[in-house]
Amino acid sequence: MNISDYLSALLLIAGGLFFLAGTLGLLRFPDIYTRLHALTKADNVGLGLMVAGLAIQADSWAVVGKLLLIWGLVLLAGASVAYLIANGALKRGIRLWRR
Amino acid sequence: MLFDALLGLLLLGLAWLLLSCRDLFKAIVLFVAFGLLMAIVWVRLDAPDVALAEVAIGAGLTGALLMSALAKLPVDNPPGRYSNEKTHWLLPLTLALMLLLVASGLGYALWSLPVIAPGLSGEVAANLEQSGVSNPVTAVLLNFRGYDTLLEIVVLLLALLGVWSLNSLDATPATAEKPANLVLDTLMRLLVPLLILVAAYLLWAGANSPGGAFQAGAVLAAAGVLLLLAGWRLPTALAGLPLRLALVAGPVAFITLAALTLLNARLLELPVEHAGMLILLLETFAMFSIGVTLAALFLGQRPQERGGSA
Repeated sequence: MNISDYLSALLLIAGGLFFLAGTLGLLRFPDIYTRLHALTKADNVGLGLMVAGLAIQADSWAVVGKLLLIWGLVLLAGASVAYLIANGALKRGIRLWRR
Repeated sequence: MLFDALLGLLLLGLAWLLLSCRDLFKAIVLFVAFGLLMAIVWVRLDAPDVALAEVAIGAGLTGALLMSALAKLPVDNPPGRYSNEKTHWLLPLTLALMLLLVASGLGYALWSLPVIAPGLSGEVAANLEQSGVSNPVTAVLLNFRGYDTLLEIVVLLLALLGVWSLNSLDATPATAEKPANLVLDTLMRLLVPLLILVAAYLLWAGANSPGGAFQAGAVLAAAGVLLLLAGWRLPTALAGLPLRLALVAGPVAFITLAALTLLNARLLELPVEHAGMLILLLETFAMFSIGVTLAALFLGQRPQERGGSA
């Protein structure tokens, strides 16, 4: 293993931790808005770290471009869908969680 | 090895969960998750073509279709209302016995298979050069077994005809014009051109790597579903003849080619020198029809035509 292998392993593990935290938030947070917060924040950064880790190992720049495109699409879809779900929940009168 | 075992167990567990789940919405979500895991299984089995189709059609579009069907169900339909009925103890016992019989029969059939079964892959590889493409899956689907694909496309069309004829029984009014959600609208405007590009890429890539008409058609249909969800409706001028032409373009192209090849008394046997071109042409028409048909299935009713009844 050389330095780039260690670097991508580090990035992948860090990304996995973000996914773990996001899943934990989805399961444990009290209402739909906080769960969305946990999911989107964690998945966007987690996937970004994973893409970075995989891009280091990629054979060509074309593969890096494809990986970045996937990340961009997920960012776009994740942010939009989170807004749509939260907006729909607000319109249905689901209250924000208060301690 | 451990990963595969875990994957298999997870698949079985998900299947059980989704079958025993009483909440229909939850069952659909579980079904989509099942489809995604199934796609990973196909990748592990070195079948990326099937994995692509599974993700796009099995998980994505079927999930959307089920959701739209659920939205059309009456709300006061209590889920799982059959489960409270008292059944005689003989019924479950008989069912269990019959299932056991089928399962043991299947198990025996699997057991008696030869360990190494090459199937026809050797012959496909030997004749690949004559097919006009270098992806063996595309070669089989569009050239060696073209009539299977022809029938599959016709089945899709028949399904849509079934949906349309059922729907005319209760004429649901066309959805009222809603103010479009700005975020959804922007997302749609960004994604739809990209989806069309991806569909074209999948179609082109199908000649020498995983991809092809069905996957590309499913991506096109995803663009259609997104448009429909964002409140876009087919202009009434296009809902009549143009829509029907788009729906039958694939089958008609296939049948025309079949008729032409039949002149030489060789049904769908493509001439070697033009095979690559013909396959691309066939796939383009098929992709177009598959995409439009799947999106129309999602709409679930005949689109409103100009002047006529819905």
